[in-house]
Amino acid sequence: MFDIEAIRNDFPILGQQIYGKPLVYLDNAATTQKPQCVIDAVNHYYACDNANVHRGVHALSERATADYEAARKIIAGFFNARSEREVIFTRGTTEAINLVASAWGGANVRAGDEVVITHMEHHSNIVPWQMLCERVGATLKVAPINEQGELIIDAFEALLNEHTKFVGVVHMSNALGTINPVAEIIAKAHAVGATVLVDGAQAAAHLAVDLQALDADFYVTSAHKMYGPTGVGVLIGRESILDAMPPYQGGGDMIRMVTFEKTEYNELPYKFEAGTPHIAGAIGFGKAIEYIQGIGFDLIGKREKELLAYATAKAESFDGLRQIGTAGEKACVLSFVLAGVHPHDLGTIVDREGVAIRAGHHCAMPVMQFFKVPATARASFSIYNTKAEVDTLFAALQKAQAIFA
Amino acid sequence: MFELRDLYQQVIVDHNKSPRNFGKLASFNHEADGYNPLCGDKLHIYLNVSDDGIIEDVSFEGEGCAISVASASLMTDALKGTELAAFQQRFEGFQHMVTADIDEEPDTDVLGKLAVLSGVREFPSRIKCASLCWHTMKAAIEDSGKAAKTE
Repeated sequence: MFDIEAIRNDFPILGQQIYGKPLVYLDNAATTQKPQCVIDAVNHYYACDNANVHRGVHALSERATADYEAARKIIAGFFNARSEREVIFTRGTTEAINLVASAWGGANVRAGDEVVITHMEHHSNIVPWQMLCERVGATLKVAPINEQGELIIDAFEALLNEHTKFVGVVHMSNALGTINPVAEIIAKAHAVGATVLVDGAQAAAHLAVDLQALDADFYVTSAHKMYGPTGVGVLIGRESILDAMPPYQGGGDMIRMVTFEKTEYNELPYKFEAGTPHIAGAIGFGKAIEYIQGIGFDLIGKREKELLAYATAKAESFDGLRQIGTAGEKACVLSFVLAGVHPHDLGTIVDREGVAIRAGHHCAMPVMQFFKVPATARASFSIYNTKAEVDTLFAALQKAQAIFA
Repeated sequence: MFELRDLYQQVIVDHNKSPRNFGKLASFNHEADGYNPLCGDKLHIYLNVSDDGIIEDVSFEGEGCAISVASASLMTDALKGTELAAFQQRFEGFQHMVTADIDEEPDTDVLGKLAVLSGVREFPSRIKCASLCWHTMKAAIEDSGKAAKTE
């Protein structure tokens, strides 16, 4: 059973008032709130176990190492990675993509090769590939989307050929909510011999991801969009590919043996984890995943679908509201513009009603350009949101319209 | 408590709905782009300064929120016909108003109609919306050739 009161009570931040009104947090696509168990896990590490990992022989270091590696194991299980060696901690999705673009791309993408992404990527799955293509003389190709904000799969397939070295695709769009058919995309890309990265920053808290079933070469995500801490994320990669890749950054922990003549690199996953990692963050990330597992994706999916359907029905009958992103397969995101009210003014006005939404380009300017809007307002939902909160949002939108009437 | 109507005063709503001095000037001798990378607000200012240093005409184009459009509308109205030499002082006066302590009453003798924008002080994330046009105006006067930014 989905006990909404119990879930809301797990998140201490939700109980507060903003300008004298109950906080309605609808900016979950930017970052999710943290349950008490995650806050406690981070606290516990600093209060009881703080030490560096992988090097001390003392008790604290052994405890810190055990908890850090336990988190890796939880994450490997959650995504059904083939082994823990495939799970590399990064600062987040952005660093994970940069790692792949730099280390894998630098070694594998040559002049004349082609890199394919989609029109709905956010900047962190665009810019690293632009930088790579510019550096090596490869060509960046962009698969188009339709008016609903769905990938045009035939047009995507038409871009694939023997020169396609790499395909980067977002699992779920942060600006539109669109869920891409990633299994199909991966199969088509593999058919021409391309390597595929799936950007799961937005998807991983909402959909069950089975990396072995998907057959993804790289999957990346950030803890903070999954009820975990900021500043930590993962790159999960196919072991054979990671093994063949040169390191990304050099430093401590990523080496086995250093002399001034030569350095021997450490084995996976440590080869890609130079320097002291975000230990508390990784431990909190593991706890956040256990929290998600404790509820289960069956209930999460059902709940979030209901909320989105409720909000979408209200949006459709709201005078002057135009939804941006109406894909058949979408989740948790209601992106829109309101006639006569600029999204930034809307953001300020609803904030005074206690409602937190995002107004802007959502780090996906090409999506805004496609829909010919400078910005959108975006309400994004999570497991702890309620229909009453959706009602509060729409009442606040009415207030905004009244101000500009 | 500070109310929304203090930010979105009727004057601001009106200027947003029908901005004054909107569009490209037929003849101008200064221009500049303004851009707010955080929210995507874009502005272009056209300026015609006479030989004896009078701002004969000034206009703007672009898209943005109500605060940025109203601010540009009010600014162009306020600067038209004034001496170029006085701009820096007005620029500083406006900057001071939008960043001053909330208890400080804006000097309406100096600021005139611009004082309606003093409400942005209560909304830190919106101050740059009000000041983008002023930075752009400054860039136009200085002919820097660089897009003005509020960041």
